[in-house]
Amino acid sequence: MTINEKQDEIIAEFEFLDDWLDKYQQIIDKGMSSKGIDPKYKTPEHLIEGCQSKVWMVAELKEGKVYYQAESNTDIAGGIAAMLVEVLSGHTPDEILNSELYFIDKIGLKEHLSPTRSNGMLAMMKQMKLYALAFKTQVE
Amino acid sequence: MLNTTQIRQDFPILSEKVYGKPLVYLDNAATTQKPRCVVEKIVDGYYRRNANIHRGVHFLSQEATEAHEQARETVRTFINACSSNEIVFTRGTTEAINLVASSFGELCNAGDEVILTQMEHHSNIVPWQLLRSRRGIVLKVIPFDEKGELKLDELDKLISPKTKLIACTQVSNALGTINPVKQIIAKAHAQNIPVLIDGAQSVPHMKIDVQDLDADFFVFSGHKIYAPTGIGVLYGKETWLDKIPPYQGGGEMIEKVTFEKTTFNVLPFKFEAGTPDFIGSTALAEALNYVQKIGIEKIAAHEQELLQYATEQLKSIGNIRFVGQAAQKSGVISFLVGDIHPYDLGSILDKLGIAVRTGHHCAQPVMDAFGIEGTVRASFALYNTKEEVDIFIAGVERAKKMFRQ
Repeated sequence: MTINEKQDEIIAEFEFLDDWLDKYQQIIDKGMSSKGIDPKYKTPEHLIEGCQSKVWMVAELKEGKVYYQAESNTDIAGGIAAMLVEVLSGHTPDEILNSELYFIDKIGLKEHLSPTRSNGMLAMMKQMKLYALAFKTQVE
Repeated sequence: MLNTTQIRQDFPILSEKVYGKPLVYLDNAATTQKPRCVVEKIVDGYYRRNANIHRGVHFLSQEATEAHEQARETVRTFINACSSNEIVFTRGTTEAINLVASSFGELCNAGDEVILTQMEHHSNIVPWQLLRSRRGIVLKVIPFDEKGELKLDELDKLISPKTKLIACTQVSNALGTINPVKQIIAKAHAQNIPVLIDGAQSVPHMKIDVQDLDADFFVFSGHKIYAPTGIGVLYGKETWLDKIPPYQGGGEMIEKVTFEKTTFNVLPFKFEAGTPDFIGSTALAEALNYVQKIGIEKIAAHEQELLQYATEQLKSIGNIRFVGQAAQKSGVISFLVGDIHPYDLGSILDKLGIAVRTGHHCAQPVMDAFGIEGTVRASFALYNTKEEVDIFIAGVERAKKMFRQ
């Protein structure tokens, strides 16, 4: 699936949830069922700056594709991280760098999250693109 | 019993909706909502009495001066100080503590000791650490036990001939513990040590009599007792306020200025440099009168009832960890539900229209002592009701299910 196909799939999952608590439930469930991160990466250097919750993230390049792992000490941030990982993992650095993450707006995440959570989400997205950029220069 | 139906009509914000749900405001330890009379006092001040005080010969200035000084008298009565000379207006508790740490700090030398408690708000820790950097004082800390009660026997061991001051909160903002400050002051005075009491969390919830306590310094904020932000009080015994040097320099606080030498004004003006918040002071007095009219004892009883009820209801949910279980508690419940991160729980409650505080509550040493990052804190005020507690409990139950705890 392309990045956009994955985004559309998430949008579809949220589409029928009217109540914001149901949407939160969906995010929490994603956080709880996420594979998380290899414990050896739960170190200060893998913490994302700018999140009020703790979010650890790491990425690796396998056969030209980027694979992310992320985990949070809170379930809501963990769920958001899990969705971002789901959407961007398994794609080339170029695909990731050129992607536009519209699912966030479409499911109304940005407007319903508190400003601190919203900033945290932006910090995660920035970190993911930075990983992609680093791998791109590595490949080239 | 308080007539909360009537009281709630005095607070317009309480009929607001958030996310389409009625607001349930349980973050009163952070700040309280303002009754109409307080807001009207501010408006009236700017519309009808606005002129700089203690300066002008004109009518308005005299009116404004009189209102400001009358407010000082209201504060004096409220906490039963001896004289209005002992009431200094500040921006709040934080500024009042900084004032004492700075001015009293001038009397401290390297090696002198200041004793704090482990449950202080950061605002009663950091000013003393700054003093430590400036003057080389030593900070000592009275620890608390697993219930969140101070280990007072430790105080005897901490007091030494070098102890200059004890600075202690009357009520912990993070735990709700009511400390036996009268006893602490008596112990300290037996060794001729003055005591500063942080009354930020006590003044709104219990009768304060600074003479009965025999406190040397007592500080509190207006905004936690239904008054506006930006106005607070430092009470200091006249002997102490005379002894310590001014905090800030400027207009108002001087008697005579030449480039060679400046002499300072009398108390309390010596500590009120610049134009004071004379609108805020009158609004604070209005808030204190409002509380007085309802009766602080009645308010205390009402909040205790809510505390008991909410604690029992929370217990019945199960898998709740109460952080702070002192025998004497103010209307504050700090807690955790299973493994749910406080920030997550707070987010769900928020979506249900329930305002609580989450995090370390500016008391990180308290959280460290319990080995946790933070808690969820519900705190009550005179306008809260049992029905609101029920909504809060239902919210916690719902969140508990959502996070599968």
